[in-house]
Amino acid sequence: MTMTFPDVYMSPRLLAPGGAPADLPTHEQRYGALPYGDPDALLRTVAESGLTGRGGAAFPVYRKLVSVAEAGRRTGRSPVVVANGAEGEPASRKDRTLLQLSPHLVLDGIQVAAAVTGAKEAHLAVEDGASYLESALAHRRDPVPVKVLRLSKRFLSGQSSALVQYVGGGAALPTYKSPPVRERGVNRAPTLVQNVETLAHLALVARYGADWFRSAGTPAQPGSALCTVHVPGREVRVVEAPFGMPLARLVPLHGMSAVLVGGYHGTWVPVAEAAQLGLDAANMGAGVLAALPADRCGLAETARVLRYLALQSAGQCGPCLNGLPRIAAAFRTLAAPGPQGTTRDDVARWAGLVEGRGACHHPDGTVRLVRSALTTFATELDIHASGLCTATDAAPLLPIPEEN
Amino acid sequence: MEQRIDIDWTACEGHGLCAELLPERITLDEWGYPLVEGTPVPTGTIKRARRAASDCPALALKLRVRQPT
Ligand SMILES: Cc1cc2nc3c(=O)[nH]c(=O)nc-3n(C[C@H](O)[C@H](O)[C@H](O)COP(=O)(O)O)c2cc1C
Ligand code: SF4
Ligand code: SF4
Repeated sequence: MTMTFPDVYMSPRLLAPGGAPADLPTHEQRYGALPYGDPDALLRTVAESGLTGRGGAAFPVYRKLVSVAEAGRRTGRSPVVVANGAEGEPASRKDRTLLQLSPHLVLDGIQVAAAVTGAKEAHLAVEDGASYLESALAHRRDPVPVKVLRLSKRFLSGQSSALVQYVGGGAALPTYKSPPVRERGVNRAPTLVQNVETLAHLALVARYGADWFRSAGTPAQPGSALCTVHVPGREVRVVEAPFGMPLARLVPLHGMSAVLVGGYHGTWVPVAEAAQLGLDAANMGAGVLAALPADRCGLAETARVLRYLALQSAGQCGPCLNGLPRIAAAFRTLAAPGPQGTTRDDVARWAGLVEGRGACHHPDGTVRLVRSALTTFATELDIHASGLCTATDAAPLLPIPEEN
Repeated sequence: MEQRIDIDWTACEGHGLCAELLPERITLDEWGYPLVEGTPVPTGTIKRARRAASDCPALALKLRVRQPT
């Protein structure tokens, strides 16, 4: 079970204190009743708050709410809200922890999003914990009904167009979306796809306003975010931290060689650089931070992750189907000490060929990881080329589902 | 309005016909999939670009006013 020590870093906003799930009475006692004000005023508050998405891309929530509301008015179709609790990233645990500890905060956020966009229908998509959420829903008297959907365990299930397809009764695969989901999503209705943590923040912005929200974080990146922190030998932790907080306070850097920031679509950062960085919405993805001890091989870890990412490709798009497995196989070569031939050049060329050439951003995220590994572990690459490896512990580190 | 060439990557089968019809804007990568010049299509080329779109056997090539986001 994941441990949560939110109060170490700030008084927790999202996670129920003490690691005990909050039922509806406890939730209402803590946060007060959810106000349903004038949608336009609420929209202005969201704009002033500066809230951005917590599903990886940090897109301004206000802008998406406005587009969906406008598309609804223009087309005369009531929008649909989809709360994204897929958490396909194997190293992330923050969404399931949030849904487990503070389900009603997410459910409040769904209602706020529906009120602002004029949606009459809402869905909450999760991989597990569906019946727990259904019973939480049964205690509420929400204006807009919410259906809980069970997703299969795949990296891509939470990609917005895949999710929209699945909610509409199709396969959970990304599709070519033009016009975009926010204009034509679930059964062609304008659709708001928002990460569950984003919705939880939205529920608090609706209650306490923009100034309160901005009292954490930095002026450019207001608020806080849930992070999943991996440190070898310790239990995986989910913590809530304000943007701008030094990474060194979240991840112990002593004895480490690098930190993986932002998960499997993220970047490897050398430890000396990580010591200078703060929590940054631009690179933290969905909040995964994983420390790599100096006695492990970052290239071997990257090769394991890339193999997984290549297998998770939906195989629908030529460049992704051809490029990802080649990149993964090449990285296997680079991860082992021995001659490398043209492998490094091949990887760089294939990275350029898959980038931006798919129906979803899976290739782009994969390329980000690849490039950061090539620079962060450049010294190790040279050592491997000369037939040596400095790592002394070969035990696999980063979590990969169903690895054999 | 500026139009750009966009590929529906889930549909494109790498036939490569588009590269024959619009060689100055489309080449093929080492796996046979189109590498498209991303800048707006000049007015003089629009007609042939439309032709490439309608001739694509997979209907994967689109002319779009702006890129989907
Ligand atoms: C391959 C891929 C997988 C994704 N998986 C998830 C996911 O599991 N959960 C999630 O919230 N967003 C995921 N996203 C991002 C969603 O497409 C979408 O941007 C997000 O849910 C929007 O919510 P937000 O703006 O609140 O972050 C994924 C994106 C890609 C490209
Ligand atoms: S880019 Fe890759 S993962 Fe995304 S839809 Fe295409 S084949 Fe699937
Ligand atoms: S003609 Fe159509 S299917 Fe063939 S490569 Fe060009 S876009 Fe793809």
